[in-house]
Amino acid sequence: MSQCRKRCRRQLTKVARYFYRFVTGTLTQDSIEDDFELSTVCHRPESMDKLQEQTKFTKKELQVLYRGFKNECPSGVVNEENFKTIYSQFFPQGDSSMYAHFLFEAFDTDKNGSVSFEDFVFGLSIILRGTINDRLNWAFNLYDLNKDGCITKEEMLDIMKSIYDMMGKCTYPNMQDEAPREHVENFFQKMDRNKDGVVTIEEFIESCQKDENIMQSMQLFDNVI
Amino acid sequence: MAGVSAWLPFARAAAIGWMPVANGPMPVAPRDHSKRKDELIVLNVSGRRFQTWRTTLDRYPDSLLGSSEKEFFFNEETKEYFFDRDPDSFRSILNFYRTGKLHYPRYECISAYDEELAFFGIIPEIIGDCCYEEYKDRKRENVERLQDDQEENKDLKLPNMTARETMWRAFENPHTSTMALVFYYVTGFFIAISVLTNVVETVPCGTSTQQKEVPCGERYTVAFFCMDTACVMIFTVEYLMRLFAAPSRYHFMRSVMSIIDVVAILPYYIGLVMTDNEDVSGAFVTLRVFRVFRIFKFSRHSQGLRILGYTLKSCASELGFLLFSLTMAIIIFATVMFYAEKGSSSTKFTSIPASFWYTIVTMTTLGYGDMVPKTIAGKIFGSICSLSGVLVIALPVPVIVSNFSRIYHQNQRADKRRAQKVQKARLARIRIAKTGSTNAFLQSKRSGLLDELLELTGTEADEQKLSKSVSLLESQHYHLLYCLEKTTAHEFVDEQAFEQNNLETALQSYTSPSPSPSSSHGESTSTCCGCRARRKNTPPYHHHHPQRGPLQELSAIHIQCVDPASHKTSRSSLNQKAEDGGRVNCRRGQVTTAIISLQTPPRRPPPPPIPPQAPPSIQTMSSSHIVKVSAL
Repeated sequence: MSQCRKRCRRQLTKVARYFYRFVTGTLTQDSIEDDFELSTVCHRPESMDKLQEQTKFTKKELQVLYRGFKNECPSGVVNEENFKTIYSQFFPQGDSSMYAHFLFEAFDTDKNGSVSFEDFVFGLSIILRGTINDRLNWAFNLYDLNKDGCITKEEMLDIMKSIYDMMGKCTYPNMQDEAPREHVENFFQKMDRNKDGVVTIEEFIESCQKDENIMQSMQLFDNVI
Repeated sequence: MAGVSAWLPFARAAAIGWMPVANGPMPVAPRDHSKRKDELIVLNVSGRRFQTWRTTLDRYPDSLLGSSEKEFFFNEETKEYFFDRDPDSFRSILNFYRTGKLHYPRYECISAYDEELAFFGIIPEIIGDCCYEEYKDRKRENVERLQDDQEENKDLKLPNMTARETMWRAFENPHTSTMALVFYYVTGFFIAISVLTNVVETVPCGTSTQQKEVPCGERYTVAFFCMDTACVMIFTVEYLMRLFAAPSRYHFMRSVMSIIDVVAILPYYIGLVMTDNEDVSGAFVTLRVFRVFRIFKFSRHSQGLRILGYTLKSCASELGFLLFSLTMAIIIFATVMFYAEKGSSSTKFTSIPASFWYTIVTMTTLGYGDMVPKTIAGKIFGSICSLSGVLVIALPVPVIVSNFSRIYHQNQRADKRRAQKVQKARLARIRIAKTGSTNAFLQSKRSGLLDELLELTGTEADEQKLSKSVSLLESQHYHLLYCLEKTTAHEFVDEQAFEQNNLETALQSYTSPSPSPSSSHGESTSTCCGCRARRKNTPPYHHHHPQRGPLQELSAIHIQCVDPASHKTSRSSLNQKAEDGGRVNCRRGQVTTAIISLQTPPRRPPPPPIPPQAPPSIQTMSSSHIVKVSAL
């Protein structure tokens, strides 16, 4: 009974307070907390010298990279939404959100939900200045969604679908629904040596090293920065 | 999108993820041959130096700064790009490159800003959302203002107008001729008479034999009928004349004013046609009501009425909202009042529709008192009703008022500018400046300075000698005019001498000097800034318009004769000097082979006169170098 009474009293005081605020006109109070909803987090990267040691970029290249990075993300970190938006601007016809998501996962090495400049630069350093093996490792890491060391057909299918999604609908020849799956089958035929249904890192690297096209294309973007 | 271009390298690098799954070879990547290191560019805008990275500017390759067009502005000595433009506006333009968003600074004049944007090759549509509304509002205001400017020129009488066009012009602008004014007042008078007649018709005047008050209409039937007939005759004639004179009869018939005219005179004719048929006499009476619409004909005569009508039209949505919310409130309160008053005896609130009347009267705070609630609940709800009525009505009214005020002020401004005085003073000033420059030229010619000028050509050391009496620009200008004279074998004269010549000889050879100063006035304004004359109908040199014909030929000619033969004298802009030359900022796609032609005249004084076969005295247009007092 006393519980009931206590609750009644609490409700009554709430209603009374509401009426009081209604009368005095202070019904809608500016909640101060709402203003801080946006992240005021400002991440500052490590010094350029350190970065220069850790990556294979020159000072000038780091400068150019940082300027572009900071321009688009003044707070110093990219979150996934931003990342997807930026990446989608390059592929207006298709839907690049899935692939951007996978990329984000690949770049966000410490798994904190945001890509800082260091993550960004480390990733790029591997892709652009690393050895072929490093690059292949990175690509494998990209494909291996659950990071368990082997690529299953489902994972590969996801990746393939995301790549095909970027093409969009208006393609020539017309985009078939079966295209990703077929492509995955091709891929596994090429890469899966022991036919166990998964591709391990060794199989992957070995198969890629045998394929001349892949070797060549891995070095295609060397002079991008 | 700006920052995104900085991420393009990243996107390309990320493409490495596709490589292992690709089945075939990849295309070759484009090589950046001009592997320029990212460097700082200095942009000197009228003395204020801006610096930015080259890659920042390269983000928008279809603008001036991002393309190779900026190389035209490169200054070799100082190794910077110099632009002779407004540095304040340039700030926002450069920020566009940096941030990817174009902002419109509120203190800036809208047309100046537009010009800057056009110069730097940026389309204004990409102004960011934060500033776009402001930009559009200002632009609309400006267009309206300029429209007013143009409208006053429609009063100009074109040289050859058919009778029909003259009539139409007379109808639309009564102040253009006395006939039109007379017509205007006569119709106004008759409208007033007609309305008065309708009103007086119903006044009881005197008693008839039966000791009953009889309205005047029935007492003096014949007189009123005559009056009515006369008025309708006048209105019919006016309507038919307007119909005849209208440039587009279909549009005229659909316009509001003509519909009002028709509605005003139709009842009379219908009444004539219908005889005293008992069944339709009721309808006939109704038709008489429509006669009151004649009062709307006054809106042709009163601008205030037109403004009011226009305001109501433009506030249609606010009015609609007002009506809708009132209706909602009326229904709600009527229902409530009905049920509240249901209990009380002998209540006036017999049904909900009956309560509508009470609700309307209460909400508009009229309060006639013919229906009052008697129960306590009814009284409470009645008071809530009146309070809310005040609120609901007060809300949309300020919007309508502000609209009215804006339109009214706009019209005031147009009227002020239409005041002849202002225009005349401005014209007088312009004329004085022009004659001033002609006189200066003639004077200097007489004093023989030109001979000196002709000898001191091209040598810069001698230019100091010139500065003692006449500035270099002026001297160059005069030289130009002199060349023109020599070319056409005619001379510039002042007005007095011209009058004299006219009196002495009526030969056509002497009329040619007259076209040359005036036509060169007229035409050079047109040529030098043909598009300006098109955009703003400035100096009302009426003979502009007919001479548009030869102007077209002119442009055609100078485009055709590309090889700069000897006698291409450049045309001066006699007027440019006088007027605000700074406004000559139009798209001069017609800048021609100036430089070559400029050199030849000084070398051979005087150039061989050309027999006036082709459009005489007109060859090519000048370019910026010789003429400009102010920037071309």
